[in-house]
Amino acid sequence: MKLVKHAKSVALALAIGLGSSHSFAAEQTLLNSSYDIARELFASYNEHFAAVWKEKTGNTVEVRQSHGGSSRQAQAIIEGLRADVVTYNQVTDVDILHTRGKLIPADWRDQLPNASSPYYSTMAYLVRKGNPKGVSNWDDLARDDVSSVFPNPKTSGNGRYTYLAAYGYAQKAFEGDEAKADEFVKTFLSRVAVFDTGGRGATTTFVERGIGDVLITFESEVNNIIAEFPDHGFEVVVPKVSFLAEFPVAVVERHATRNGNLELAKAYLDELYSEDAQRLLAGFNYRVHNEVVQAEFADQFPSVELLTIEEIAGSWDDAMSIHFANGAKLDQLQRR
Amino acid sequence: MSLAIASSLPQSPGKRVLPGFALSMGISLLFISLVLLLPITGLVVQTAGMTWQEYWFVVSDPRVVASYKVTLWAAFIASLFNGVVGLLLAWVLVRYEFPGKRIVDALMDLPFALPTAVAGITLSALFAQNGWYGSMLASIGVEVAYTPLGIIVAMSFTSLPFVVRTVQPVLEDLAPEDEEAGITMGGTDLTVFRRIIFPSLWPALLTGIALSFTRSLGEFGAIIFIAGNMPYISEVTSLMIFVRLQEYDYAGASAIASVVLMASLVLLFLINIWQAHYLRRIHGR
Repeated sequence: MKLVKHAKSVALALAIGLGSSHSFAAEQTLLNSSYDIARELFASYNEHFAAVWKEKTGNTVEVRQSHGGSSRQAQAIIEGLRADVVTYNQVTDVDILHTRGKLIPADWRDQLPNASSPYYSTMAYLVRKGNPKGVSNWDDLARDDVSSVFPNPKTSGNGRYTYLAAYGYAQKAFEGDEAKADEFVKTFLSRVAVFDTGGRGATTTFVERGIGDVLITFESEVNNIIAEFPDHGFEVVVPKVSFLAEFPVAVVERHATRNGNLELAKAYLDELYSEDAQRLLAGFNYRVHNEVVQAEFADQFPSVELLTIEEIAGSWDDAMSIHFANGAKLDQLQRR
Repeated sequence: MSLAIASSLPQSPGKRVLPGFALSMGISLLFISLVLLLPITGLVVQTAGMTWQEYWFVVSDPRVVASYKVTLWAAFIASLFNGVVGLLLAWVLVRYEFPGKRIVDALMDLPFALPTAVAGITLSALFAQNGWYGSMLASIGVEVAYTPLGIIVAMSFTSLPFVVRTVQPVLEDLAPEDEEAGITMGGTDLTVFRRIIFPSLWPALLTGIALSFTRSLGEFGAIIFIAGNMPYISEVTSLMIFVRLQEYDYAGASAIASVVLMASLVLLFLINIWQAHYLRRIHGR
């Protein structure tokens, strides 16, 4: 009882203290529209950024977060959600802000280093304890005794990346022989046990329902799942060749300007490239560009040959029209 | 002449218990326009940009056609199943007294109250190979989760209340005396059910089954978690619509949606006509 009373008075004192600091420094709010599984990551980064911003300008900043499937998030912005910055897991979802809404400039990828992608990941495998099927690379996933789980490429960016990674592998393995690559990916797709609509659904299917021998998802997610379910003894397998999954960021200039947040929004994204922030990102199992941090985390990230979208399909636009559009290659390969 | 006038008198709007025909009719029409015509107009506007050829190309895509088949079959079986089980449940709830009856009655509406995604996740947890039901079914070689059977389970779960709730009131109005009369006159149980109970229930039961069927055609949330979503095998039409929306292809999504909508409307319309006909026949009206 006494303790409660004490706690209350402390809380009151804190509230008064906070209240008084308000009157000296301006309080700013920033809205970050982000992808589904980035909640914990940005909760942590926002804390970091608030401290940096406070030190730099004396202002308090409260970053509000909006999370969801990034295609739907982009749609919400086009329809009027006044987000200041976007931090997505698909280049196409940022692009659409330019093509559909003219909210960002066409050359948004040149505005920040590394094609506006402060961190990246790749597609890796989560296998069951002891890797009983001995899965090590994409060709193992086409074996008829191995079944895999990954989200539907038609409804999930995660699934599209997996498809592209497998296709990129096949292009290399068959030295550009398109017919053979198609045949391989067709077999690979036929070994899928369940197509969930999103990444989290696929994780549930693999972990909770016990379906499939391999779950394919972002390397960062694979590591998070292993940490989250230590009893299952899951293991990570990083294939020798995989896809460079970029996590593009951009200031929604039109909205940030209207909200009076342009400076703040730019600083928010710039800070992602700082050494401290890169260390924080690496702590969430994302690969980063900073060389000092890369050396620190070298054990955690096995070397892998990363294929870019340009190498596999020319560009994202081409990838969409050649592979994912209605009736395009993916549809043909799934046809029975 | 005078007889004709007399018989037509009660039909005239002036004699209604509730006044204000014009106002209530106006509100009804406005409401119908808002909840029904507006979305339909939206669909038409979205698809208006397409030529007939484009429309046909989208709605006759082999994968989409496969999804119609899966959806129609699953909805058909699920609603038939609901017809039998729903009738039984309504019967038990109306005709018998047992402890906990109120609770069971309230639970009937659970599938409506529960978010469908929650229903889907729960069902897939129960029916997966390592789930409670799934492990039992697996021992007799039946797989439910991640097969078309899972779609049927999800559909029948989410639409069961339609049958129970449409049959229940009719059953309550059905006087037990009719049955007793039938038994006294020497009818077997089966004859009494076939000749007395069923004819009175049939229109309500059919409406319930039809509602259950049309609801199942559009179900999405519960199904995608348990269906497995394999192309050509266990993809439902609502998933095809969802895929088009993900691709920002609103016209394509609307085109497929219009097929589902038309199927539902035609079915409900036919049943209404048949029902009016049937009621006229048995009541001689």
